[in-house]
This record gives sequence, C-alpha cells and structure tokens, in this order.
Amino acid sequence: MSGIAMPKPSQELLRNKAQIVKDLQRIISGEGVICEEIELRPYETDALTAYRQIPLAVVLPETVEQVSQILKYCYANEVKVVPRGAGTSLSGGALPLADSVLMSMMKFNQILDIDLPNRAVVVQPGVTNLGITHAVQHEGFYYAPDPSSQIACSIGGNIAENSGGVHSLKYGLTTNNVLGLEMVLMSGEVIRLGGKHLDAEGYDFLALLAGSEGLLGVVTEVTVRVLQKPETARAALIGFPSSEQAGQCVADIIGAGIIPGGMELMDKLAIDAAEDFVHAGYPLDVEALMIVELDGPEAEVDRLLQEVSSLATQNNSTYLRVSETEDERNTFWAGRKAAFPAVGRISPDYLCMDGTIPRKALPQVLKRMQVLGEKHGLRCANVFHAGDGNLHPLILYDANNPGELEAAEAFGADILRLCVEVGGVLTGEHGVGIEKRDLMPEMFSETDLKQQQRVKCAFDEKHLLNPGKVFPVLHRCAELGRMHVHKGQLPFPNIPRF
Amino acid sequence: MAQSFRPRDTAELVEVVKWAAAEQQPLEVIGNGSKRALGRPMQVANTLALDHLTGVVDYEPAELVLTARAGTPLAEIQALLQDNGQELAFEPMDYGPVLGEELGRATFGGTLSANVSGPRRIKAGAARDHVLGLEAVSGRGELFRAGGRVVKNVTGYDLARAFCASWGTLAVASTITVKVAPKATTEKTVCLFGLQGVEATGAMSAALGSSAEVSGAAHVPEKLAALQSGNWGGGRSATLLRLEGIEESIDYRVGILRRVLELAGTVEIMDAAASFSVWQSIRNLTVFPHNLGALWRVSVAPTAADDVIASLPEGCLVMQDWGGGLLWIADPDDQRDGTSLRAAIASAGGGHATLVKAPENVRNTIDVFHPQEPGLSLLTKRLKSQFDPHGILNPGRMYKGV
Repeated sequence: MSGIAMPKPSQELLRNKAQIVKDLQRIISGEGVICEEIELRPYETDALTAYRQIPLAVVLPETVEQVSQILKYCYANEVKVVPRGAGTSLSGGALPLADSVLMSMMKFNQILDIDLPNRAVVVQPGVTNLGITHAVQHEGFYYAPDPSSQIACSIGGNIAENSGGVHSLKYGLTTNNVLGLEMVLMSGEVIRLGGKHLDAEGYDFLALLAGSEGLLGVVTEVTVRVLQKPETARAALIGFPSSEQAGQCVADIIGAGIIPGGMELMDKLAIDAAEDFVHAGYPLDVEALMIVELDGPEAEVDRLLQEVSSLATQNNSTYLRVSETEDERNTFWAGRKAAFPAVGRISPDYLCMDGTIPRKALPQVLKRMQVLGEKHGLRCANVFHAGDGNLHPLILYDANNPGELEAAEAFGADILRLCVEVGGVLTGEHGVGIEKRDLMPEMFSETDLKQQQRVKCAFDEKHLLNPGKVFPVLHRCAELGRMHVHKGQLPFPNIPRF
Repeated sequence: MAQSFRPRDTAELVEVVKWAAAEQQPLEVIGNGSKRALGRPMQVANTLALDHLTGVVDYEPAELVLTARAGTPLAEIQALLQDNGQELAFEPMDYGPVLGEELGRATFGGTLSANVSGPRRIKAGAARDHVLGLEAVSGRGELFRAGGRVVKNVTGYDLARAFCASWGTLAVASTITVKVAPKATTEKTVCLFGLQGVEATGAMSAALGSSAEVSGAAHVPEKLAALQSGNWGGGRSATLLRLEGIEESIDYRVGILRRVLELAGTVEIMDAAASFSVWQSIRNLTVFPHNLGALWRVSVAPTAADDVIASLPEGCLVMQDWGGGLLWIADPDDQRDGTSLRAAIASAGGGHATLVKAPENVRNTIDVFHPQEPGLSLLTKRLKSQFDPHGILNPGRMYKGV
C-alpha cells in the first residue's frame, strides 16, 4: 500500500458502529445489512486491488425508498457513504472508508421497460452492461458502449465512470447514450432527469452525473438509447515494422474521412503475450499490430476496407489479413480483449494506466515511454484505443520485490504527466478515483479544481458521498463559497463599448 | 450607469466579469444577439457581447478537433470545416428566421450555450455530445478550464458539456473545443407521401429501428406541405428519411428502407440536391410561414407525439423532426400560456416544451423553459449559485431566480 491519504475515520462513528447498524437494520431488514468482518471482506476493494479497506457496514437496498431512507439517515448523522456497482472500477472508485457505509446497488437488477419503437430501454443500475444488449438482441438491437468488463460491470457504474469501450470512436461513451436517470441525493431527495425523449430540459445534469464517480448522487434507474446492430462488421489485422508507421496509418485513415467502428493498436510485448495466451494467429514478426473494424452495410464495408488496405500499404505494412467470417473477426478481437489477462500471465503483477493523448503524439509518447521504463527499471506493454487516442500502458512489476510497486506507481505517474504534457488527459475511461487523485493538479489549476468542487457542493454540501476520491484536497463548501473581491475596481478603460 | 462591453481577449473578459461580480452588476451575456428574443426577458442594464472575441485557435483536421473563441461566427467555422471536407455533425439549426433575424448570425459560443442541434441529432447526438473542452469565466470572475482536447476523457466533472444548455447563466465561455466529423460525400431522401398521425411516426420508428442508418427523419403535415414550393408530393403530407454517406452505401440502404416500409406506402426518392434543400428548410424552420404566431419546441418520445398533437387547439401547425419526437408547434394564438400543452406532454409520458417565439408580455409572465419539479428546481438554483453566487450572468433568462 503506498501513499494515498484517505480522510481520517471518525473515532466516534467507529465506536457507534453497533447503533448505526441497528438503525440501518430498521430501514432494511434481514440480510440487507452486513456488519460481520468476514462478510464485509468481499467489499474491501474493487478492481484496483492494491488498496483495501473494510467499511463500517454494507447495505444492499432493494427499493428507491430504502436508498432514500439510508442516505437521509447518514446525512443526518454525518455518516459517509460509498456507492458501489459491480466493483470493477480500475481506479479505486468504490474503495470503502473505515467509517463509511458501503451501499451496493447490485440488488437493483431488473430491466423495467423495453421500448423498441422509441429505441429506449429502462433498467435498474445493477443490470450489467451486456445484460442490456441481451435483453434487446432478439430484435437486432444492442447497447453501444462496450467496456472490456461489460460482462460484469453495471450500468450504474458505467454512469459513474462514463465508460467507453473499443467502439466509442464511432458510437460514443456512456454520456452520449444515456437519455435519462433517477438518482437519490445525499439528503435523501429523489431527482429524475430526462426520460425517453431527447435532451433533458434545463441544465445538463446528465452530463455532470456521467463520470462523476459516485460523488454526486446514487443512481437508481437509467434510461439508455439502444441501436440496431450494423448489418455487417469486418476487421483487418495489419502489422507494421514500427509504431511510427502504425501511428501514421491511424492518422491517414481518419484523415481520409473514415470513422472505423473500432481501431486498436498493440505493441510487440502485448502482441506476444496475447498470442501466447489465446493463439489468435497474430504475426510475431511485427513491432505494432493494428485491428481496424469497419461496420455498416456490406457495400460500404467492402469499399472502406479496400481504402484502409491501401493506406496500410502506403505506410509500409508488412502483414495484412481481412476477416472472411464472423468467427475469424471474433478471433482477431479475442487476442486484444484478452490482452490484460495475457499480460497478467507474463508478470506477477501489472498496473493498467489510462491516459488519452492526441493521436498525432503517439509515436513520440511511445518512444518516451521506453525511456521512462528504463529510468524506472520496469517493462511496459501497450494496448491503445488508437481511434480516440486512449492509451493503456500495462506496467509489469512484482509486488514481492520490495520497492517495485512504488516504482511502478512512479512510472505510471510519469506516463500520465507525459500524456498531459502532449495535450492529453490523465484518464480516458477508468476514472480518477484514488489512483490518479493526487495527479489532478498536473492537469488542472487550483481554480479549476475549486470550481469542480463547487459542483459537488450543489449536490452534497457535507462531502459525505464517496469522499476522498477525485479531489486531492477537500475544501469545505463554506470556504469554497467565499468570494474575495476588491470593490470599486473599474473595468479596463480600453475595452470597446457600444 | 448602464455599460456595454466588448472584450477582445480573455484578459478583458475576465476583467469585465470581475468588475460585475464586485459591483454585483448583472450582465446580459450575448454572442451576436441572434437569440436575444428567446427566453425570459431580462431587466439588465449592462451588456457583455462576445462578438469581438473571435477566431479559430486551433484546428487539426486529422485529429478531428477544433478550438475557437466563443464569439467566432458559426458560419466562419462551418466554412473552414467545409474546406477540409468536415463538418459539425450535430448540424446546428438557425433560430434566425423564426425570430425575425437573418440566417447566419449565430456565434459558436451562443450555439453551444443553447445546445442548438439539427435534424442529424437523432444519429450524431446533440451539440453537447460534441463538446470536449471549455475555458470560461464563472460569475465569480474566475477563469477556469474543464475537459480537454481529446474525445475520451473522464478527468474531473464534465463542466464543458454542462455549459451547453445553460444559456450563459453559469459561466461565460472564452474558448470552446469540439470534435468535428468527416462530411458525408452525398445524400438522398426517401419520401412517403400522404401518411397521417401514427402511420407517419410508425414509419419513422421502423426506419430508425432498422440498420439503414437514417440521419434525418421528419414529418411535414399536409397543411405545411401545401405551402412549400418545389416537388413536395403535390400538397400531400411528407414523411422524409435522409440517408448520407457514399453513393453505393446509400443505394443499398434505400433498399433496406424499401423493405422496412413496404406496408407504409409508395416510396419515392429525392436526389442529393432536392434532399439538401428540403433538409435545409426543415433544419432552419423555413417550412413555416413568416407570420406563424407563437412557436413552441417540444421534445417527447416519438410514440407520444400523436397524443400531444391530438391535444392541440385548432389552427396549430406542427412539424415533427427527430423521428417524430421533436415537435415544432406554430400557434396562431400567441398569448397562450402552455399549461394545457405541458399537461398533455406529462400525460403522454413526459418531455418538455419551450416557448421559442412569443411577444415579450407573454414571455414575461409564463414559464418560457419547461417548469421543473421542486427538487430539480432547487438543485438548479444551487448549481447556479455555485457558479454565479451574485446572479450576475443572464439573471432570470431561463428561470426566475436563476
């Protein structure tokens, strides 16, 4: 465990555990409240497993009324609440605090309304991402955002993290595919936003909720847009002798006006690991491997694949294979989708980073990452959502070697600083959580971060919902509200008037 | 004393808002003022106009990203993109003609702050879906940045997207970054003539639920169609489905629509030129006559549209866009307060109605923007005061006290 400081637990709350549990049991009877250490253990971490903490208690509400009552109770008694979906966050978004109540939303697992004429589906937040697609695929529909964890991750968690996936270049992120939601504020108040119609009225609270990492409200219902599946999808596997050439090919494809359904790059280390793991038939004599998927009507896909092939040739590709069958296409993807576990096989531990960079900076960033790897004495495998510039460096380390976790974290921080330096951002889709919290000042000024925290104050002025995440320094809302002004300042005398 | 400011750079903009915050002097924030007649009338002495804060700061076609100052004319950005075979995929409509202004006066910042989208919204998303980053001055007079210049970004709250649809009441943008898209090479429109009510919305739903990738789905009823010049099916109602892309793909997708719409009626095809002109008139509402009375903009689920339309008083003209879910309602009675319209929306399953055009006395007394539930209304007020504690930015333009 390394040095990310979490808010200090309140000794008083810890002492009052028995009473708090009793009060919670009055709201949710039976097995809906968990307080024994052995049963709390499964909730001590999410997918960022380097950090663990047992909460005071876990609650598993089943109704909106229960969610509201629990939050109202915790609000009145100043008990912190950590919301949790499926617990697949890679940034520690659902890491409990010792004096917090962890609220698992996984009993909210019903699909409430399938409305295909309006292309909308209403679900509870614990429904998995893939569960939505399964509910509508008999009519040829699907839910577009497809994070790698889609088999397990919940739609509520997707909203918290604004999850993307390999198809987000063409079909957008969670924020672009959510039409409405119901949420409960920390005060217990239930708020509904949007619905099956387009563009919710008033301020765009949906935009604020998507990617808010569980700090603004607990989502209890979600309305998403579903789409008809493209008629065909074909993928090309293209190998290059250098990542520069692969990067140039990505730019050329976009520059030619082609928006592929997905466009991924893997470097040598990732290719070798994936091939060794799933035998996808990847070429082993290339430095960079690209998977480009075109989807849509057959005539269009065929024509665009030809264009992509010729752009690849112009960029000196040494390997090209186009999928002829659906099985073959899935095999191309199998290696990419298994890249994380594949890397897990060649290293005892790895850290998965998630910066986004402007596409054109790719060759430069890859080169400098190599230098950084040498500096920290660690290897790094790269998989890359090339279409939208989202980089996933996997830093290989062994936690049993003293100092290696710290070295890996320092390497990761250096990579993210590099991303910001070239005009990118700290996190593309995994969230800030606790993992990148202390790097926020690399990207934002004090003023920027304070304005973000003021948004938090509009929702949760006591900072009780998921505190310790996203923001490196917690400012009290009263302090944030203060304004320092010098009266009588006259505006620039030179500003043109009319 | 009333002041009117035209800052030429970010530093001047900050200075003006700082002064207004210190003196608690409300500002009417405008770009070029093309949408001034939309919203609740404001009693504000000072004006802050951004029409001198102009220029494209950064545009790299291969990155599909553009950054421009808020006061840049939208037309200038559209022309630049056009020269590079690209466009703003959300296809912003132009309120000018219905508000008695000329076409093409809107600014970049004004378009985004009002979340102005066009027919392609159903496929490409709204204006807010294309915003990536923002530099703005809050009502506290502080310059802040949010978002970035890349599409995939979850670093911090999405204040850039939340700026859209805030009508200048939260912060004044200085520069905004959006993603842009390759422009389709050509287009065609599949037309069905003579459909009524649920037949039309049903046909649009079927088309949008197919794999034909329809990028515009609108219904122009008989009474409006009869007013149009050109080939609009001889005064019959027109249900229009636009397909964009490369020629061979469009032709193939026409085939898909023919199959999907087999039972709906005879299909006719508009070529690229006719299709372009029809969608221009839908997008900019020039299908409506000049003397249209009041104009309401309603968003509902497409299948709820027919119930809402059935509830309207005699004499209203309605055009449906967005697969039927966006209703533009011209009401010859420009004094109506919208109560019965909003009740019909609620009983049809929910949505919202905005009064786009009406005399000032009406906009002064009724809810121009759809009234909010009490909880949401309080949240709105809290958010406003976190950005603009003294209420100096476009006070009351959207809601009383916001």
